Amino acid sequence: MSTDMNVVHEMASKEYEWGFVTDIEEDRIPKGLSEDVIRLISAKKQEPEFMLEWRLNAYRYWSSQAKADAEPRWANVTFPPINYQGITYYSAPKQKKTLNSLEEVDPEILRTYEKLGIPLAEQKLLANVAVDAVFDSVSVATTFKAKLAEAGVIFCSFSEAVQKHPELVKKYLGSVVPHTDNFYAALNAAVFSDGSFVYVPKGVRCPMELSTYFRINAAETGQFERTLIVAEEGAYVSYLEGCTAPMRDENQLHAAVVELVALDNATIRYSTVQNWYPGDKNGKGGIYNFVTKRGKCLGRNSKISWTQVETGSAITWKYPSCILQGDNSVGEFYSVALTNNYQQADTGTKMIHLGKNTKSTIVSKGISAGHGQNTYRGMVKIMKGATGARNYTQCDSLLIGDKCGAHTFPYIEVKNASARMEHEAATSKIGEDQLFYLQQRGLKTEDAVSMIVSGFCKQVFKELPMEFAVEAQKLLAVSLEGSVG
Amino acid sequence: MSLLEIRNLHVSVGGNEILKGIDLTVNAGEVHSIMGPNGSGKSTLAQVLARRDAYQVTEGSILFEGKNLLEMKPEEAACEGLFLAFQYPVEIPGIGNTYFLRSALNAQRKHRGQDEMDAMDFLPMFREKLKLLEMDDKLMNRSLNEGFSGGEKKRNEILQMAVLEPKLAILDETDSGLDIDALRIVAQGVNSLRSPERAMVVVTHYQRLLNYIVPDFVHVLVDGRIVRSGGKELALELEEKGYSWTEHEPVGARA
Ligand SMILES: Nc1ncnc2c1ncn2[C@@H]1O[C@H](COP(=O)(O)OP(=O)(O)OP(=O)(O)O)[C@@H](O)[C@H]1O
Ligand SMILES: [Mg+2]
Repeated sequence: MSTDMNVVHEMASKEYEWGFVTDIEEDRIPKGLSEDVIRLISAKKQEPEFMLEWRLNAYRYWSSQAKADAEPRWANVTFPPINYQGITYYSAPKQKKTLNSLEEVDPEILRTYEKLGIPLAEQKLLANVAVDAVFDSVSVATTFKAKLAEAGVIFCSFSEAVQKHPELVKKYLGSVVPHTDNFYAALNAAVFSDGSFVYVPKGVRCPMELSTYFRINAAETGQFERTLIVAEEGAYVSYLEGCTAPMRDENQLHAAVVELVALDNATIRYSTVQNWYPGDKNGKGGIYNFVTKRGKCLGRNSKISWTQVETGSAITWKYPSCILQGDNSVGEFYSVALTNNYQQADTGTKMIHLGKNTKSTIVSKGISAGHGQNTYRGMVKIMKGATGARNYTQCDSLLIGDKCGAHTFPYIEVKNASARMEHEAATSKIGEDQLFYLQQRGLKTEDAVSMIVSGFCKQVFKELPMEFAVEAQKLLAVSLEGSVG
Repeated sequence: MSLLEIRNLHVSVGGNEILKGIDLTVNAGEVHSIMGPNGSGKSTLAQVLARRDAYQVTEGSILFEGKNLLEMKPEEAACEGLFLAFQYPVEIPGIGNTYFLRSALNAQRKHRGQDEMDAMDFLPMFREKLKLLEMDDKLMNRSLNEGFSGGEKKRNEILQMAVLEPKLAILDETDSGLDIDALRIVAQGVNSLRSPERAMVVVTHYQRLLNYIVPDFVHVLVDGRIVRSGGKELALELEEKGYSWTEHEPVGARA
């Protein structure tokens, strides 16, 4: 092995920049999970009865699953059993009263977001991006509310939606991801503490990018947020989430649920830049990111597009999916997943074609470095009624070094003979030839590697909102700095 | 001081000795041509100069402007002004040609303590070079060498050279795969860079190229050794008699 490639292998240990802890007073409940804990969470959030019932239902289902030892084990990842009684299910920054404006947010929290490069003060915001910030389990600030309200767009924390728009919550909560969907979704439904809520009324094009930043701060807690986005007829919304967490030696569980509903002619673009703490270079610590994301193209000509850039987490288990129910609806999944050091990712999508002439596109780019293991798992299901359905799948893997792995599990189920499917897959190594060529022109090894990698990811990056594409590219370079020295 | 001084260079790949004691001195302003049969070690020499480290230097030394080239990484050698036009240029998907070239130029400028060039300054200069090499700028919006024809790749190498303006350019069979017009255009590009400060080492199999790029010296490399050196007329002689001729003559070639 040449030293250039060794350098690539070593790209080790640029510290995780977002690994600090904010010292604030927390309101947290004792560890463990029981009906009483569910009641306590619901009471703390002063929820209406229907929410408590919904949670208890989910909890009962989850505990029956837990007793039956039904935690999913099929993913291509390994981790020691999780002690669900050892986790704190509610932790919130202590606050005396309800917040009415940003000025009332704990300055320590505001400083945290400043450090993360997410200024919450509205005047300093990236032009045209409204931000909701979720700190541990609670939403602490939502910006640009007034401007959005003018357009009729509701963008608020989930808790606030439960209080102010219970009828919408009641109508759509669990309509895409029921609590019975899977083990982690059931857990989330039982204990979720906050998240974001977006409602775009009929015919409205949301006037700005919406964005939520999730931050786990407290130790030994889990984060269970829930996001619900509803786009009414002809509405358009683009939403981006970002996530970071402190460096801790123990693993922390993040089990989120995202539900999207698009009605006739509506479009939802959902982008994720996931940068949870990945663990150190020996694989100690890091977030278990077990997430259920699904969108329902309920209406005709509706469109849901998932774009994800997954660079963090010790383990990623997520399959942002689309149920293409409306005729002519379109589902898209663009993914970059990077695993370095000892990270493991099992990610992909499900495209369920129900309506006529439904169309789905899957572009997955997996990058493995160090001892990283990267699995693409995708399912395309063409149901009986989905006449004229089409799918295009492309999944490419890029290996950096020879201790990492890339795996691909595409499942295809076709029940309508008129379906047209296309599948392309390729695995390549960052070639010494490519690297040497770039170096010979004057580029440093790590710049050469990140250039090759971002070239590899280009198809996905171009799907991200402009201002985040640049960020994602930088993040990728930083995450790889772990493997080039 | 010479620009390049190679002394008694021995190079092995995977335990096989490929270069068996090369001596070569190149001064600024000179053009040297290296000819020799397939597998004689020409590309090996070129790659060693560009600091590819699959090749083990077992003996000898290389000085580039008096500095020990063997201690430089490939990107350092590049930033010091050494350019290799590859015999087989590599394709890199997703990276635009223009973006790549500007990044490379800026990496080199940074190394030299110069300001980085922004797109506004870069583009006019770049356009000029494109014109010099009669290259279609549509090509530049495509990914680096991706799907380029053999000749387009070679031309792109010379374009990169023209933009990076190296002190020492090593051209490894840049002429092979070029049609007659392209050959003339590439040679024109190369010649436009000839200057008293700059030197070139041109590896080729054909005298044809040397009609356009007239060398000051011609060396014949056979089985890892320079068996003969001379002026430009040596290339003609070779074309006429073939390489076997050189092997039978007593040699003591030194440039
Ligand atoms: N990486 C390698 N591993 C094993 N052998 C190699 C390697 N690189 C070069 N060689 C061998 O070294 C010898 C010299 O190769 P080189 O490419 O330098 O020849 P060349 O003179 O450039 O030939 P051509 O005119 O065909 O381009 C050949 O026998 C080749 O097979
Ligand atoms: Mg060669």
